[in-house]
Amino acid sequence: MAAVPTPDWPLAERWYRRHAALVRITHWINVVCFTLLLMSGLQIFNAHPALYVGEHSDFDHPTISIRAHLSENGLVGETAIVGHSFDTTGVLGVSSENGQVSSRAFPSWITIPSSQDLATGRRWHFFFAWLLVLNALIYFVWGIASRHFGRDFLPSRVELGHIGRALREHLRLRFPRGEAAKRYNVLQQFAYLMVVFVLFPLMILTGLTMSPGIDSALPQLLTLFGGRQTARLIHFAAASSLALFVIVHVVMVLVSAIDGHRLVRSRQSEDDRCPVIVCIAAAC
Amino acid sequence: MSGDRLHRRGLLKALAAVGGLAVSGCDRVASEPRFRSVLDVANSLTYKVQRLLIGANRLAPEYNEADISPAFRANGSTDPQDEEYLNLVDNHFADWRLKVHGIVEHELSLSLEELRVLPARTQITRHDCVEGWSCIGKWTGAPLGEILSRAGVRPKARFVVFHCADTLDDGGESVDPESIRYYESIDLIDAAHPQTILAYDMNGEPLTVRHGAPLRLRLERQLGYKMAKYIMRIELVQSLADLHGGRGGYWEDRGYEWYAGI
Repeated sequence: MAAVPTPDWPLAERWYRRHAALVRITHWINVVCFTLLLMSGLQIFNAHPALYVGEHSDFDHPTISIRAHLSENGLVGETAIVGHSFDTTGVLGVSSENGQVSSRAFPSWITIPSSQDLATGRRWHFFFAWLLVLNALIYFVWGIASRHFGRDFLPSRVELGHIGRALREHLRLRFPRGEAAKRYNVLQQFAYLMVVFVLFPLMILTGLTMSPGIDSALPQLLTLFGGRQTARLIHFAAASSLALFVIVHVVMVLVSAIDGHRLVRSRQSEDDRCPVIVCIAAAC
Repeated sequence: MSGDRLHRRGLLKALAAVGGLAVSGCDRVASEPRFRSVLDVANSLTYKVQRLLIGANRLAPEYNEADISPAFRANGSTDPQDEEYLNLVDNHFADWRLKVHGIVEHELSLSLEELRVLPARTQITRHDCVEGWSCIGKWTGAPLGEILSRAGVRPKARFVVFHCADTLDDGGESVDPESIRYYESIDLIDAAHPQTILAYDMNGEPLTVRHGAPLRLRLERQLGYKMAKYIMRIELVQSLADLHGGRGGYWEDRGYEWYAGI
């Protein structure tokens, strides 16, 4: 181990920029928008923490509700999903706010603002909704014009044939290397297709359906989603799915970065920058 | 190996710190007036875009008798304790008069009977509360446009203001009850909309105190808080700046958007 090891493959092959600048910029604007929309959205949800199916609210029979009630042991947080109740004290229904026990659906650490303030929550929500929509428009126009969607998102027949193997490899947290790592794998393609073409459009359309102004211009939206309250339910469900996607997405980025780090270390890189950070930066 | 772990721990710490900063930072930023005015850009954008895309006379969806909510929730004031109002209730609103004044050709003073003989419109519509819930009800009333055309709106007028009888509890912050009395305002486009009515009947019965007796506004393309209950007088004004908090409504003065079509 005396001699300085020479990298056995050229630098250009080690770091491959998978994403175009526009994809990176719109992605990070989207991260900011989605985070703030989620947190201000939970603030808005807290103003009436119950979801229904149909045009109007059947107050006695919500599909999902997060409530607080007083028992002999004090305040109890109760989350009910189609008639099944769960004790969620501490997180949902009842949680602490500035050290005080407070009855609120989502806890203060995940809402914007942290205290109950519907007006401010709405102001944040609609500002970042506009930003998200404008950002998405730029991304979509570019995605179509540059053939990013057609080239990178649509799985080939060969890739579809290997879906089982891709799934097994992913579950073992083993990721494609070399040439294969330059392309989205088939699972990524499905996840991204779902997020970009189903969940985000669903968020925007169900959000618009909740606007009484938009409903007068496009009553078809109400027919499409089965009423304003169903649209609100779908808005919540799609947001939850996106939050779940973000968790898996971030874990995958971290794991693949650590995986990449191991790869770099095994080839005795003399790069003194923190390889994990470098790999995350590369993955982003 | 230890270096590796250190890197990872450092990274997690950094991520947690960024998260914590984001949450506490949002609260601090939220109370910053300059930031608030940046966020307000979105509201005026929404107003302008909706006015541009939605035809002035596009109707809000109307529903069938079967869709009417069995329990229509009442929100805001449901039982005003203002003395003037209680006296009107005692007398079944026989002494109540709707005053129309401000920038008009002729001031009006209309009794409930006089309103009831005007051409009426009945509509079954969905009421959307800013909190998120919806109820469907049947409303009958006189189109606001009809009343305004009788009063003759002069060209300088830009807004229609509804002054109400109820004082919402304001936590004792304010001393003068007049200054915290409910009020609302709309533009002349919404005032002339065919579904914008001054409702005196709900679900075929005279309006109850809970729902705003004797008269409430129905403004079907906006949220519930715009639909003033317990209306006493209607004023045509050029600017909203001189009224109460200056933002055009009780809830608007407390941070809610003036345009509530969203």
